[in-house]
Amino acid sequence: MQSPTQTLAEGLRLPTNGLDYAILAIYFAVVLGIGFAARRSVKTSLDFFLSGRSLPAWVTGLAFVAANLGATEILGMAATGAQYGVAVVHWYWIGAIPAMVFLGLVMMPFYYRSKVRSVPEYLLQRFDKSAHLLSSALFAFAAILIAGVNLYALSIVVEALLGWPQWVAIVVAGFFVLAYITIGGLSSAIYNEVLQFFVILAALIPICVIGLKKVGGWDGLSGSLEKSHGGDFMTAWGGTGIGDANPLGANWLTIILGLGFVLSFGYWTTNFAEVQRALSAKNLSAAQRTPLIAAFPKIFIVFLVMIPGLVAAVLVPKIGTAGSDLTYNDAIPYLMQELLPNGVLGIAVTGLLAAFMAGMAANVSSFNTVFTYDIWAKYVVKDREDGYYLKFGRLITAIGVLASIGTAFIASSFSNIMGYLQTLFSFFNVPMFVVFIIGMFWKRASMKSGVWGLVAGTGAAMVNYFYIYKQGVIDIPTDQGANFVSAIVGFVAGAVVMVAVTLFTAPKPEAELAGLVYGTASPGLEEPPAEGDDAWYRKPALLGWGAIVLAALCYVPYSF
Amino acid sequence: MSELHNEVSELERKSATAARLFDIRRIIGGLFVVYGIIVTIAGISPSDADLNKAEDININLWTGLAMLALGLFFLGWLWLRPTPPPAEAPEGE
Repeated sequence: MQSPTQTLAEGLRLPTNGLDYAILAIYFAVVLGIGFAARRSVKTSLDFFLSGRSLPAWVTGLAFVAANLGATEILGMAATGAQYGVAVVHWYWIGAIPAMVFLGLVMMPFYYRSKVRSVPEYLLQRFDKSAHLLSSALFAFAAILIAGVNLYALSIVVEALLGWPQWVAIVVAGFFVLAYITIGGLSSAIYNEVLQFFVILAALIPICVIGLKKVGGWDGLSGSLEKSHGGDFMTAWGGTGIGDANPLGANWLTIILGLGFVLSFGYWTTNFAEVQRALSAKNLSAAQRTPLIAAFPKIFIVFLVMIPGLVAAVLVPKIGTAGSDLTYNDAIPYLMQELLPNGVLGIAVTGLLAAFMAGMAANVSSFNTVFTYDIWAKYVVKDREDGYYLKFGRLITAIGVLASIGTAFIASSFSNIMGYLQTLFSFFNVPMFVVFIIGMFWKRASMKSGVWGLVAGTGAAMVNYFYIYKQGVIDIPTDQGANFVSAIVGFVAGAVVMVAVTLFTAPKPEAELAGLVYGTASPGLEEPPAEGDDAWYRKPALLGWGAIVLAALCYVPYSF
Repeated sequence: MSELHNEVSELERKSATAARLFDIRRIIGGLFVVYGIIVTIAGISPSDADLNKAEDININLWTGLAMLALGLFFLGWLWLRPTPPPAEAPEGE
């Protein structure tokens, strides 16, 4: 779901002064302070990897949204806004909210009650070791890759904005992430994400306010963009009829099925970097509310990234084309430079750096959990005392950060390869959701069907993208549109193969499925509701459906 | 009950996070009060250049005050609803 930041234009150097650097320095000190202060709460491996399953819902909920709100996401979505206009809302209202609500209302009871500590561990309980090992290894590898790409993106932005050499930015940011996660574990990562959430709001809101005033308010903004880019630019669905041409290269069907269903559900419900935040909540009700609480800010964050993108499209009409130095990704840095005086500028720089570090930290803190619990403790060094795995977890965190620093340096010399690898890995996410949904709702789905569903779905999505689309067998206008179609193909292929394999192989004994699959009895797994959780505003169903209705209502002004 | 279930339940019993982890509201409150004060001061007598740049909005002042308010909100919330003491006996919290 995240696009790597391409090289920023020259000449974006910000006029930072001592005040801005003081604000930045205070933030870095607080980040480290949180790590040290969280240290004394880490006694067991569960404390280190899952905060002892004891955090309140509002904390895990804000961390859930912040873990996704990395800087590559912020700059990338502003770029999408500058390029495609209001259509960027699809990535939020249809491409995130339904999946987050589904995770909270439908899937979380199976995840949380079964006490699995990671997403791959669920696959081990539900299917078999081959599905488990495949998804663990791929996840660990992809997490390091994404952390490295994040770090590389940070170094480009920091070099352009502040003038630090790339290697300095990579080493400094890597060191801070290393320190606060190794010392304080997931609690430290989550607390920093909550803090980052508020700092990034404080950075984006002033940009939107001043930006809107500069282009004459929302009316001025839509007036000039409709004149320069056509009426469809300011609508969500304009030009998405099947067969119509639009810049996104996708029609309403591929948007709903590909982005809204397959890609979004795969990312939000099975990506451990997200699900981990919910698994660290203190009880089932809090775990269910984690993605639901996250859904409400998520609905409105799109305005904070879309408005800077649109404003940049007005102020720099040639943005992203050969006629301009600025690429689409420069939208937010450009507005920071043009509009923010010292002071707020320091907050904005801090927010951007915080978002880069949080995006990296979310991947590192999920990587270390999967590597320790799912790979090391299950296949390499088994059955040792808990203290050993805690120590190992700290060690692998350090190794993981060093590996992502290495990845960032590789990326700085071979950025094309990294982009290619990211596309490649995005296809491993596609069949995850089909395997989960069939595994959770069909008792009969056999032990072996899991791994074959994963392999078939990934394979089909890749064949569709790299052969059928890239070789021009069928004509899809853009990479984005092809991505959506590939996701649908992968989903269908995964489902067909799972059903076929199930018909010929043995099911898992029903006793082993208790609490993992819909319709199984799970005696002893029910927990009494905590005090206060029966309040109406803590009802998962109300929160979930409320978010869906709100997201649907948000579409109304942009649909007609 | 599965092996995993027992293992994780055992770890949950030994876990120290609930008892020892500090309350994040204090940090958010503290940081935003400090940021709020710094940025508000920067906005008290803005230069013409700064005002010009920000479309005649005294953005430092408004952002500073808003951050200060957010910081005070978190500190107030913490004051009104302090961190609940960790559950010791089953009948507690």
